[in-house]
Amino acid sequence: MGIYLPIAEISVNVFVLLAMGAAVGFLSGMFGVGGGFLITPLLIFYNIPPAIAVATGANQVIASSFSGALSHMKRGTLDFKLGGVLLAGGVVGSTGGIFVFAFLRRLGQLDLFISLLYVVLLGTVGGLMLVESVNALRATRSGAAPVLKKSGQHNWIHRLPLKMRFRASKLFVSVIPVLGLGAGIGFLSSIMGVGGGFIMVPALIYLLKVPTNVVIGTSLFQIIFTSAYTTLVHATTNQTVDVMLAFLLMAGGVAGAQYGAKAGQKLRGEQLRALLALLVLAVAIRLAIGLFVTPPNLYSLTAAGLN
Amino acid sequence: MRGWRIFSAAALLFALALPAAAQAPNPLPEGIQIGLSTDAVSITAGFSGADLTIFGSLENPDPLVARQGRYDVIVVLEGPPRPVVVRRKDRVLGVWVNLESETFENVPVSYSVATTRPLQDITEPNSYKQLSLGASNLYMQPADATDGPATIEEFTTALRERKAATGLYSENVGGVQFLSQNLFRATVRLAPNVPVGTHKARAFLFKSGLFLKESSAQLEIRKSGFEQSIFRVAHDYSFLYGVFAVSLAMITGWLGRLIFRKD
Repeated sequence: MGIYLPIAEISVNVFVLLAMGAAVGFLSGMFGVGGGFLITPLLIFYNIPPAIAVATGANQVIASSFSGALSHMKRGTLDFKLGGVLLAGGVVGSTGGIFVFAFLRRLGQLDLFISLLYVVLLGTVGGLMLVESVNALRATRSGAAPVLKKSGQHNWIHRLPLKMRFRASKLFVSVIPVLGLGAGIGFLSSIMGVGGGFIMVPALIYLLKVPTNVVIGTSLFQIIFTSAYTTLVHATTNQTVDVMLAFLLMAGGVAGAQYGAKAGQKLRGEQLRALLALLVLAVAIRLAIGLFVTPPNLYSLTAAGLN
Repeated sequence: MRGWRIFSAAALLFALALPAAAQAPNPLPEGIQIGLSTDAVSITAGFSGADLTIFGSLENPDPLVARQGRYDVIVVLEGPPRPVVVRRKDRVLGVWVNLESETFENVPVSYSVATTRPLQDITEPNSYKQLSLGASNLYMQPADATDGPATIEEFTTALRERKAATGLYSENVGGVQFLSQNLFRATVRLAPNVPVGTHKARAFLFKSGLFLKESSAQLEIRKSGFEQSIFRVAHDYSFLYGVFAVSLAMITGWLGRLIFRKD
């Protein structure tokens, strides 16, 4: 069944989009990530213009992170204060990102920049995760107990000034890295259409030493607002949010996410991480190939005066 | 009285037969007219391209010329002019990057041609140039005239080629058919991505390769339907649209949890 997307201005198959949403939702429920980093490249592979894929991806992320944050709020695994500080940074980063986005679009370099960012980020994160999870798998196989990072171990981040106490996270840390992390995620959210959970979660755990059970809820909480802000600004400055497209993805996504969460409980942590790492790397490689393969048309047309 | 009547009838008959029979050296000049059954076309969101039929007539055609098929008609449906940027990708460290670009002013978004015969059989390339007729003869005005002519030529060719590839510039040879000596029917193609706005239909009349007359009419193409309303709201009330998109996402997320909850 075909449907016409009003903003993307192309006809697409409803079931393909619902399935795409459901598949990504399933994975995001399983791995506890928003899924934006999968949705946006998939939309680009499906010939949705990158500018629209990014803005609509941000819109879709709201739905999945909102439903995820709700369950964490119920369980009490959400640090509102930490989330709030991350969010303050996020708004600044996201605003900067929107300006860069509009500027690159005017230059005609937006598509390239989005692909490059994806390749670099997904490649790095996927590679690191793969190494880490394979090591963990080897360790469990050889019978050794997995080495856990001891809390209370301090690094340079804990020597920065302007310290603040976050009770729910049992944390006393400088606000500078928290704001910076929020800003970085906000920037990525507006340029890549991702929530940034795949960076936020490891950063909170390894850099700020936030207890793992609070990390996902808090990261989802901040992602709701960053991606909502990103969606709003994209809608007003670039008019690139396609609600029809976003709704189909969300509808598939929220359904898939609940089943994914269930499936995720049956797999072991390091197996789960290894699978996610492989998935992330596959997307990165597919995007990288696109950068090097000779395009069928060297010339492209765009309406002038568009920004 | 009876004699008079016969005479006047004969005079009438004679008068009727005169133009054809007498072959006067200077008959009334030929002309061309086209008519559109409507001055606005609404296309819905699922529009996948269509043929638009335009009827027209020749005024005072020479029956002999018409019989020999020496009248030719070219009908053009030209979309609204817009500025366009053409970009060229080049390899930088193995990666394809948009490098060179050229902006053109007032490029018709679409340009559909229908003709009685192949363009090269109708008249000389030079007269097409003078009339600026045919996609390959459209003058594309570069915004920055300081670029070398070779560059401009290259990007102009690329612009036409991309437009043709997306179906926006099309040529329908044999798309104009004479239904009688006077009446003709032209079929021009509307691409699936035909732009909205005021389109101009123009008809050119040629006699034995010589350009005689031109006639034009305007056609408004609009999009209608639910999807188009979304598009308009997204552009005219973009902030409210954004608020709506965010609320929709939150409601979907919340409902999805209620419906599919597994914990």
